Amino acid sequence: MSTAASLHQSRKRKNGVMMALCVIAACIGLAWLALILGALLYKGLAGVSLSVFTEMTPPPGDAGGLLNAIYGSIVMTIIGIIVGTPIGVLAGTYMAEYGRFSKLTTVVRFINDILLSAPSIIIGLFVYELMVRPMGHFSAIAGAVALAILVIPVVVRTTEDMLNLVPNALREAGTAIGAPRWVVIRSVAYRAALSGIVTGILLAIARISGETAPLLFTALNNQFWSSNLNAPMASLPVTIFQFALSPYEEWQQLAWTGALIITLTVLALSIFARSLTGRREDK
Amino acid sequence: MSAVQEALPAVRSSRDATVRRFALTDAIFHATTRAAAILVLVLLGGVAISLFAGSWQALSTFGFSFLTSESWNPVTEKFGALAPIYGTIITSAIAILIAVPLGIGIAIFLTELCPRPLRRPIGMAVELLAGIPSIIYGIWGLFVLAPFLQTTVQPFIISVFHGIPGLNSLFAGPPYGIGLLTSAMILAIMILPFITSITKDVFDTVPSVLKESAYGIGCTTWEVTRRVVIPYTRIGIMGGVMLALGRALGETMAVTFVIGNAHRISTSLFAPATTISATIANEFTEAVGDLYTSSLVALGLILFVITFLILAIARYMLMRIDARTGA
Repeated sequence: MSTAASLHQSRKRKNGVMMALCVIAACIGLAWLALILGALLYKGLAGVSLSVFTEMTPPPGDAGGLLNAIYGSIVMTIIGIIVGTPIGVLAGTYMAEYGRFSKLTTVVRFINDILLSAPSIIIGLFVYELMVRPMGHFSAIAGAVALAILVIPVVVRTTEDMLNLVPNALREAGTAIGAPRWVVIRSVAYRAALSGIVTGILLAIARISGETAPLLFTALNNQFWSSNLNAPMASLPVTIFQFALSPYEEWQQLAWTGALIITLTVLALSIFARSLTGRREDK
Repeated sequence: MSAVQEALPAVRSSRDATVRRFALTDAIFHATTRAAAILVLVLLGGVAISLFAGSWQALSTFGFSFLTSESWNPVTEKFGALAPIYGTIITSAIAILIAVPLGIGIAIFLTELCPRPLRRPIGMAVELLAGIPSIIYGIWGLFVLAPFLQTTVQPFIISVFHGIPGLNSLFAGPPYGIGLLTSAMILAIMILPFITSITKDVFDTVPSVLKESAYGIGCTTWEVTRRVVIPYTRIGIMGGVMLALGRALGETMAVTFVIGNAHRISTSLFAPATTISATIANEFTEAVGDLYTSSLVALGLILFVITFLILAIARYMLMRIDARTGA
């Protein structure tokens, strides 16, 4: 009787200890997030001013802004999305519509998942070998291609998942009234999966807008304003990298401010993207 | 009557033309989507081929000794990958050791303990942590975590362990702040959300009947988790851990900030070191000479092969748990 009671006590104690550890783990995780965001806000906000958005990156020891870096990031992100999205959507369409049960789809899905988490610096090396070395110089277009390659797996994955959620009855209804398959895909499946596909594109933008490693040796960096796609171009992440590791206080301050801008952009994009699909799930 | 009969061939031929046009456009669209899908395969193949071609010079010059040599000397052009490989593996291993218990703990908290209204916000916060670009972790590590470790944690640990053989060489040397342990901690923060969200997802696949029957015979929450949930989801958790390991091995920017970029193998966890990706990021644009560049690409090839294998195993494991829940 007493052994049973003490066993009960020890089991309850063990349960209490383990559950307390889990709560502590969750607290550590949340505290870490709070610490990072807190430091980012504290250090980043100190440098926010209008000049950040209106002036070029300064030479060491001078005041200035991040205008050319912000511009470069936006340009390369847009080109990356424009190049990568159609390829990703089409590949996802094949996997969910024409080739849903084909062997090719299984292989592509597997390879795509690997590309999705492949180190982005490897993609940078690939584009360096593919474009920078044959062209003989670093260029914004090479940076944009590297970003496009990072966009593709994200868009493929979400497009396939979202098209798979479209009920088959909808497709059959389209086919029954005599629409060919591509019309069914375009006018029925795409329309039903639109918000999901848009979510995927937003997540892809969020992912590439903070990417540094693939730009280091494709777009390189540029101290000055440049809108020439065939020349090196500044970008926010690479500028942050360069400025943060420099010994100059003005540069380090700009790096923090740039980091704050990127983080807020990325967080806003991913919260917006989630709210797009989240609404639908709740219905 | 006759007018209808006269019109029939024209109607038929125009219908046939429409059907033919539909068939043609459909075939074109089919081929386009197929080509896009194949392009994904071509991309990965292209990555492998270009890395192999780019590293050929280094691999043919140094042969197998590239993998076993510790020297990294741009002046004499003697390159070996051992130090970066060592740094990559050690930092990732420590990161996994830190992040796996934490991640599983958070997942248990979210699935078993957390009050319902808080579940979604906390789960979302953890996922947002995954979306923060790695350069942010890097800058935070360099300016906030490293000075903190340098001034408080590391001197304390060194003073505690300096008399204990074995441990004193593990925690030896002046406290730089940056180094293997700092990098591992930053990596741990970065992979924590991946481990948490995958573990939470696979925990959700456990049929409630299994859990309820365990609760029904009087098991505590911990016993249900330890004896039912974790054994049932073992493959999925392993897959998530491998996926996180793949991320950690290839992570570049966060590590580059805090690793110290020193090409040597040191037993001390406080010593500056380097990883494969940090070496490439730091030195690639400054590399002069084809052999130097080629050696850096060869490092990239090694990283590619390692992460490819790890990620392939991870996906295989996750696919197996998907197949089970689908059946």
